Amino acid sequence: MPIPTPFHPRTAPLCESYEWRNWSGYLAAGLYEPTHEREYFAIRNSAAMIDVSPLFKYEISGPDAAKVVDRLITRDISKCRVGQVIYSPWCDEDGKVIDDGNIACLDENRFRITAADPNLRWFQDVAYGFDAHVTDVSTDLAALALQGPKSRAILKEVVSGIDFDSLAYFHLAHGRIDDFPLTVSRTGYTGDLGYELWLRPEHAEALWDRLVEAGSRYGISPAGMVALDIARIEAGLLLIEVDYISSHYARIESQKSSPYELGLGWTVALDDSDFIGKKALGAEKEHGSPWAFVGLHIDWVDLERLFNKVNLPPQVTGRASRDPVPLYKNGHQIGQLTSRAFSPLLKKYIGLGTVLSQYAAVSTQIDVEITVEYGREQGKATIVKTPFYNPPHKRA
Amino acid sequence: MSFKYDAIIIGGGHNGLVAAAYLARAGKKVLVLERRHLVGGATVTEELYPGFKFTVFSYVVSLLRPDIIRDLRLPEHGLTVLPLESTLTPLPDGNYLYRDGDHYRTLRDIARHSERDAGAYDEYSRNMYFMAKAVKYILSMVPPDPTSWNPRQWMDLLDMARHFLNLGEEQFYMLAKLMTMSSADFLQQWFESDPLLGTMSASGIIGTFLGPRSPGTAYVLLHHYMGEIDGAFRAWGFAKGGTGGIANAIARSAESFGAEIRCDAPVAQVIVKNGRAVGVALENGDEIYAHTVASSLDPKKTFLQLVEPDELPSDLISSIRKFDVRGSSGKVNLALDALPDLACMQGSSQFGMKARALAGAISISPSVDYIERAYDAAKYGEIPQRPFIDAIIPSVIDPDMAPPGKHVMSCFVQYAPYHLNGGWTDKKREQFGDIVVDTLAQYIPNIKNIILHRQVLTPVDIERIAGITGGNIFHGELSLSQLFFLRPAAGWARYRTPIQGYYQCGSGTHPGGGIMGTPGQFGAHEMLKDLR
Repeated sequence: MPIPTPFHPRTAPLCESYEWRNWSGYLAAGLYEPTHEREYFAIRNSAAMIDVSPLFKYEISGPDAAKVVDRLITRDISKCRVGQVIYSPWCDEDGKVIDDGNIACLDENRFRITAADPNLRWFQDVAYGFDAHVTDVSTDLAALALQGPKSRAILKEVVSGIDFDSLAYFHLAHGRIDDFPLTVSRTGYTGDLGYELWLRPEHAEALWDRLVEAGSRYGISPAGMVALDIARIEAGLLLIEVDYISSHYARIESQKSSPYELGLGWTVALDDSDFIGKKALGAEKEHGSPWAFVGLHIDWVDLERLFNKVNLPPQVTGRASRDPVPLYKNGHQIGQLTSRAFSPLLKKYIGLGTVLSQYAAVSTQIDVEITVEYGREQGKATIVKTPFYNPPHKRA
Repeated sequence: MSFKYDAIIIGGGHNGLVAAAYLARAGKKVLVLERRHLVGGATVTEELYPGFKFTVFSYVVSLLRPDIIRDLRLPEHGLTVLPLESTLTPLPDGNYLYRDGDHYRTLRDIARHSERDAGAYDEYSRNMYFMAKAVKYILSMVPPDPTSWNPRQWMDLLDMARHFLNLGEEQFYMLAKLMTMSSADFLQQWFESDPLLGTMSASGIIGTFLGPRSPGTAYVLLHHYMGEIDGAFRAWGFAKGGTGGIANAIARSAESFGAEIRCDAPVAQVIVKNGRAVGVALENGDEIYAHTVASSLDPKKTFLQLVEPDELPSDLISSIRKFDVRGSSGKVNLALDALPDLACMQGSSQFGMKARALAGAISISPSVDYIERAYDAAKYGEIPQRPFIDAIIPSVIDPDMAPPGKHVMSCFVQYAPYHLNGGWTDKKREQFGDIVVDTLAQYIPNIKNIILHRQVLTPVDIERIAGITGGNIFHGELSLSQLFFLRPAAGWARYRTPIQGYYQCGSGTHPGGGIMGTPGQFGAHEMLKDLR
């Protein structure tokens, strides 16, 4: 049975839908209101509070902490300054992705890593022999994402000790609200302007109250997983166990993916740092990857054509769908669409998936399985660049 | 003769802009001439009080066609449609009717007033879905003239006949009723409770000079169901930045295709040489020449003002003169110091049901009688003491509409007769504004204390500012006698005029008003046939 997060006393009374999800053993609101649309638009047009406390959080500290992180992740941590945050996957020796997350450089000798899955055993094994200590701080920290174009204005009113105008994208700073400290990182899972707030669990409710108070003038709203899922697809951000399977959990070899196959080739620092999986990934880079992670735009006019055959308007789920469907080229299966949603903002039916790399070029026309009134049809789709939505205010 | 432009569009409202965008998209050189300092026409947002943005005339988007959104790539040019999910009908006795996207909760609330109505609600929706689907066919075609001997138009008519015969008996009869009944009578086939009948029948009278018991109003109900058939693509809600956000997105799209838009450029007249339009003369005397000219203004301006009467057949002039453009509605826009408080609902205004009600439509329409009485007054040239009001608070939906913590409120008011006894004066306008605020105060007790600024618009003001004759928001009554092949006049419903090279592309043409864009789109298509 899932347990409450530190924000639960505040989120529970607002969860009118009673739709809770089990996120790593915690209760996470699927949506608060009866429908998710307003929560989605809070992310895109005002500010949304998303309880992300269930994330796994680890700290690696000690004189060799940077070395451990460098060995662990595919990116080069030596380029990461104190106060900076980087996103990276980490791999096994075969270069297959175990998980992905953000690595925050809190201090020269102290890093905090967020992860979707439990990683303590792996991180400790990687740290073996180094003068560094890995601890699981998941329950020591509550985490709240404040995402949306108004998030900065609200935080400016609430948080002291941080200059939000100079806090750059993927950087963090330490500040205070009234009598308690918190860390603010300019990160998130929405592709919008946004921040994640890290603090001791006992201050969670006070943080919530202060944000609600100040945010009422800016249209602040809690948002659940349903709204977040649409936003992250628009942002082209992948989700473990949906868009890929951790190499630690894969049952068969073909379920594993390399960073290159997840569109994360840019994180693989083959030139300078030494990391687990480097050799395999060096070889893969040389020979090419069989699969590629792509963005898809499903053609609405063609969808209308398919549904019109049975005299219906196109039926697409208002929520993001995580049920994978096959992708085809000339009748042959070439991959699968793993996440899809109708973007209320872009007015486009979009998706993320994996295809054989020869079909991954932008503008390639492929077909996607569409269920029309119990029947399986194929609709037209085009490979497009991700992110689908990338507003200037994300980095401004 | 060589022309600088392929086409000049008179009027930079949403239809003029849509027409320009489609022409430019087809590679034509287009110039849009707008009288005011900003584009949009009746689709504008203006900061009339520092920091407060008013969606001055039109206030919601419900009909903007998906193909236009797609073809013109409007989301890429800034169109964002924010959800407007609920309708609250506060009642004089302190009760209310509240409907939103929570289906069963909505049914429970309807059942508080009538269990029978709750049971009929889904059945009604299903019927309206079929009706909307049937009528969408008509909205998607250039009206064929039933008296024409043109074989192509005959094919269209045959196809249309086939479409309606294929509906099946039940739906065909339903459609016949929908086309002829009053909205109240039509709704009474399913419903019995006052608040539900009042609020739903109000959808049938918006913008018309008719009451809920006037025959023909049932058809207008249908427009509110059109979105249903477009699935997830429907554009129903509040445009970010107000409806000016829609006009700006279309304008940016048109410009991206190469169209030129000139504001502060009022057109005095269309220049006609040897029966052919060759350009326009601006009020400042400048003359601009083009291969074709299109007017997105209302039919009276298009035919009676922009061209000389001797260029047109006399029967057309007389039908346009009789075209009914009496304005029936006004608008009161408020800048508010705080959030309005709803007397009928308890609880937090920040989260939960009350917050959602404030983010939706607030409809002052407690019963059919209430609205019909308001119509009675207007019918005889009076301002009703208790008008129908359709209010939204845009700043709750889009925080950028007002400074943090402050609000704007948009109140569509009906009826405000264009031909008021004694005529509209400044005093009468303020009196009208007071009536609206007094009516609101019955349901929103703090309203009078939080008003920072008030803009009151009568039909005469709508005519003066937006340039629409009669101040009719649809450029002409949406009555059966003024629809389809009769809009704006028999024989001239296909976006052309008797003057070669002179076209119509405004809401006074098929399929009519509302921010739909179809007149502009179809007008452009007809022009392109000739420009090829």
